[in-house]
Amino acid sequence: MEAREAILARVHDALARSQQGPAPEVVRAYRASSDVAPGSPEALELLTDRLVDYRARVHTADEAGLPQVLAGLLAAAGSVVVPPGLPWTGLLESLDVEVLGDTPPLGNTELDRAGAVVTAARVAIAETGTIVLDGQPDQGRRALSLVPDHHVCVLRRDQVVATVPEAVAVLGRHPERPQTWIAGPSATSDIELVRVEGVHGPRTLDVVILG
Amino acid sequence: MPNVRPQPAHAPAHPLRWGEPFPEAAHETLANGQMRRNLAHATRTIRDKRLRVTAELPDWEALRDAGAAIKHQVMSELPALLVELERNVTARGGHVHWARDAEEANRIVTDLVRAKGADEVVKVKSMATQEIGLNEHLEAEGITATETDLAELIVQLAGDMPSHVLVPAIHRNREEIREIFAGRMADAPAGLTGEPRELAMAARAHLRAKFLTAKVAISGANLAVAETGTVAVFESEGNGRMCLTLPETLVTVMGIEKLVPTFRDVEVFAQLLPRSSTGERMNPYTTLWTGVTPGDGPQEFHLVLLDNGRTKALADEVGRQALHCIRCSACMNVCPVYEHTGGHAYGSVYPGPIGAILTPQLLGTGTKGSLPHHDATASLPFASSLCGACYEACPVKIDIPTALVHLRGRMVEAEQRRPLPTGWATAMRSAAAVMTSGSRFAVAARAAGLGRVAARGERIGRLPGPLAGWTSVRDVPAPPRQSFRQWWSQHESEER
Amino acid sequence: MRIALFATCIAETMFPQAPVATVRLLERLGHEVLFPPGQACCGQMHTNTGYLDQAVPVVRNHVAAFAPVLDGEWDAIVAPSGSCVGSVRHQQAMVADRVGDRGLARDAAAVAEHTYELSELLVDVLGLTDVGAHFPHRVTYHPTCHSLRMVHVGDRPLRLLRAVDGIDLVDLPEAESCCGFGGTFALKNAETSAAMVGEKVRNVISTGAEVLTAGDYSCLMNMGGRLSRHGTGVTVAHLAEILASTREAPWEPAFLPRSAQAVKP
Repeated sequence: MEAREAILARVHDALARSQQGPAPEVVRAYRASSDVAPGSPEALELLTDRLVDYRARVHTADEAGLPQVLAGLLAAAGSVVVPPGLPWTGLLESLDVEVLGDTPPLGNTELDRAGAVVTAARVAIAETGTIVLDGQPDQGRRALSLVPDHHVCVLRRDQVVATVPEAVAVLGRHPERPQTWIAGPSATSDIELVRVEGVHGPRTLDVVILG
Repeated sequence: MPNVRPQPAHAPAHPLRWGEPFPEAAHETLANGQMRRNLAHATRTIRDKRLRVTAELPDWEALRDAGAAIKHQVMSELPALLVELERNVTARGGHVHWARDAEEANRIVTDLVRAKGADEVVKVKSMATQEIGLNEHLEAEGITATETDLAELIVQLAGDMPSHVLVPAIHRNREEIREIFAGRMADAPAGLTGEPRELAMAARAHLRAKFLTAKVAISGANLAVAETGTVAVFESEGNGRMCLTLPETLVTVMGIEKLVPTFRDVEVFAQLLPRSSTGERMNPYTTLWTGVTPGDGPQEFHLVLLDNGRTKALADEVGRQALHCIRCSACMNVCPVYEHTGGHAYGSVYPGPIGAILTPQLLGTGTKGSLPHHDATASLPFASSLCGACYEACPVKIDIPTALVHLRGRMVEAEQRRPLPTGWATAMRSAAAVMTSGSRFAVAARAAGLGRVAARGERIGRLPGPLAGWTSVRDVPAPPRQSFRQWWSQHESEER
Repeated sequence: MRIALFATCIAETMFPQAPVATVRLLERLGHEVLFPPGQACCGQMHTNTGYLDQAVPVVRNHVAAFAPVLDGEWDAIVAPSGSCVGSVRHQQAMVADRVGDRGLARDAAAVAEHTYELSELLVDVLGLTDVGAHFPHRVTYHPTCHSLRMVHVGDRPLRLLRAVDGIDLVDLPEAESCCGFGGTFALKNAETSAAMVGEKVRNVISTGAEVLTAGDYSCLMNMGGRLSRHGTGVTVAHLAEILASTREAPWEPAFLPRSAQAVKP
């Protein structure tokens, strides 16, 4: 604990020399929400626009139309990984695709060989084109949405909020859960600032908005 | 690889202090036309993107204010927040280590890697580990560290130093990168072209097996939440997710200033950082984890809290705001000095305006004793025209120009502790004598007019001495025949 | 109004045409201009070069010279320089505070409140955009960094210029990037500064302007020196010179452009 005590003592000492009275109060004058209501047509339109801007593909479906949409998306996948609590596993089993459950957990190489993964999500942010997964059974552990090269994420429309603070309020109910925020497929701009989609994460991201 | 030489040419002696003083280092980099073209293109592109996406938010200024206030609050409550973070990380099954300096941090990380029996690690791009020279240290200990961010991989393969906080290989263009990959990446595909997509896919293939088999990963952190023990990494390529998710053990090295007090604060920085950094509404991937989650991700997590000079900066009432930095790099993308000289002229892993105030403070340059002659880091606060573009762009409103001026004062004071005054000190002293009295100043102004006998016509050409640099590219107008005061007294008497 | 002129040290010695034009303009507009003789410099050069202790007596002299404004002696103080006004507003009190001189810091802040950059005085205090000027030349405007980011003059200079009779005002590409002057930066980091002014001047030339204008002669000295060395035929004039110019008393350039032919390689 020697280093710990030494660093804390240094911090105390530094503050004694530099602190000019108490820090100003944090004023949160930024928007905590917007006029766009969660799940509203405006929210869905905004989310779609933002996701498409970053080369994700967006689809809409109702419960009845979901099988057809998923069948289309997974037609060439060969195999699809499903998290243990995915509500649509039965539906996927009826399609022409090998369904790989994650119980017991699949190895990294098995995941790498899978053609696709289907997950649910916790919340989506329209203004920034972001979907957030928090590792619950309908989404699975983080590796599932990472290693397969094609991620299909099914969102419920009431999960779509307009702003980042609204999403953080949802996530803040369980901050300890591992979170993955996803805004479009993997990308890099490291070479001459030219954006290239799809480096290490899934190169294809399909978002299906349900309802 | 005949054409690709490491940049800078000499291996750095210290990650925060590797080269010549700024003017000499800039002399070298200014002569590199290819690098300057690469930079001008890149900084302009990213600058325009940033302006577009920040203009989109009606509450951008309110977010900046909140970000600045949160950071200020963090600094003033740092001891309690650090202890709170430690408690919450530990409660969730993580291990917290404290490192006073680079050497201690490197030793902690090396011991942790050794304990897992690993001789190879994968790394997420991290400024903190750059700052402590972790890769070089691990290599000396027989452990291979592979950088997995595309730009960091380019820099590592080329034997370069990073020249930008966000895009470390910004000084290289596609053709150079193609040569680097072809020459140094054993499994580079034959016939590789300079097409960015092809280069990125070559990196994907090169790193895939490493990700799937690595036992230990090393990362930095963009922020950590004291009240929950949550740590976050913002990235784009998915290499971060690979490192943070697949290996059994994760070691995260984080500066002690990277805290935020509450989980709610994530909503501020998740808006400020991507828009300021890559000019995107949101970066493709952000991972947040809290200690260890059974069955999901690394089952062993170590957080190394690093001082390495941060408490020296914290002790400076003006300079401490450098610790508010969230490493977005907006300041370097708008800096006209950086745009021309590039990052390597700053001789530190922290280049640009923020580097000019952070590097000397982390090293404590000029805080005690007299300044050694030719101290490279002492020149950094002077490497700015004080144009203020950095302050305007900073998402947490760090007043970099004021901090630069303040640190210039510190360097001058340290310089004056030397036995002999410099030419500058003498000049400034005599100027002060003239400028503290209107009448003395009037005399001096008249005398300047008399100096015009030396000038041909209305301008002066090349001059020797301290003005040589000025007159090598510019004329100096000859002083006027009549000073303003002479005109004024004439004008006044005419009026009456 | 009774307006005290802060001529600024660099204009007093090197570029009297700027304060002269300021006086002529304000008098033409019907105001009384006074020149407090105790003034010398605002202290910016010492401050920005790191000689903050030496800046203290310079600041003290400035504050003493302009303190009568606090007793209502004058209605306002004007300076034809964004940079010097920026220093008065943002540096003087800091310099005094740093050595613990609270009284000086307070007085400096109070004087600063009455101090205006020329375009601010004209637009905000006097409520003018059309000052009745005539300037039949092609002109481009460079917003100097301190006008733009310390004093926040915004588009005031451009509004004043647009109202000038006969002017052909053209946009400067990348107008908001620094010209590379930066006071002693241009000497201490001469090569970097040269690269910056080189790019600025390329943009100026691309506009085809005959005259480059700005609110600071320090920056104009930098850009003008480069334009002159390269024989570009572009000359410089302070905003005050353009606004002071009329049909009856047209602008007389202080610097004749060195023609391209006159320059030997």
